[in-house]
Amino acid sequence: ENTGSKEYIDGLVKDKKLVVFMKGTPAAPKCGFSNAVVQILDFHGVKQYDSFNVLEDEDLRQGIKEYSNWPTIPQVFIDGEFVGGCDLMLEMHKNGELVDELQKVGIKS
Amino acid sequence: MSSTEHIEEKLRSSQELGDITHLEVVDMSDGCGAKFQTVIVSSKFEGLPLLQRHRLVNKVLEEELKVIHAFQMKTLTPEQWEKTKAS
Repeated sequence: ENTGSKEYIDGLVKDKKLVVFMKGTPAAPKCGFSNAVVQILDFHGVKQYDSFNVLEDEDLRQGIKEYSNWPTIPQVFIDGEFVGGCDLMLEMHKNGELVDELQKVGIKS
Repeated sequence: MSSTEHIEEKLRSSQELGDITHLEVVDMSDGCGAKFQTVIVSSKFEGLPLLQRHRLVNKVLEEELKVIHAFQMKTLTPEQWEKTKAS
């Protein structure tokens, strides 16, 4: 199966509350930017979410960039929609938008 | 790899970002051109959500972002920039 295809990635993000594509895993992030996203989610009490380690799958790493039209990792999807990378998550965390986004999918911050 | 001068020039000359009134591009990788922090102030950002602002910049630096390891940006309108300076 081509893990970089639109169909495959659709399957990963659609009908999911929160999905993170990152370098490493939430327990062991391999990059400061991925770690920042994990820390932000942790701060908001979000413990359960799907995460995919792009370092273990080069097809997925390239595919997700094309899928979201976003050139960098990490990438966060809420309710199947791309919401941003590290900078945007940090900004949304600071201005309060993240709480609203999480509430939309029933995650109480 | 990219230099700060190259990135500044690319941003300033882009149609998409219009007239950039303030620009900071800092190479965080000791000059090796792999990691940048930027502040971009333009009236073109007015009325655009953050995601769309970042997408504009990503588009301008499409080629560069393929090789840059890390690129952080703050995208502000002139009004927001004034407030940032004042605080």
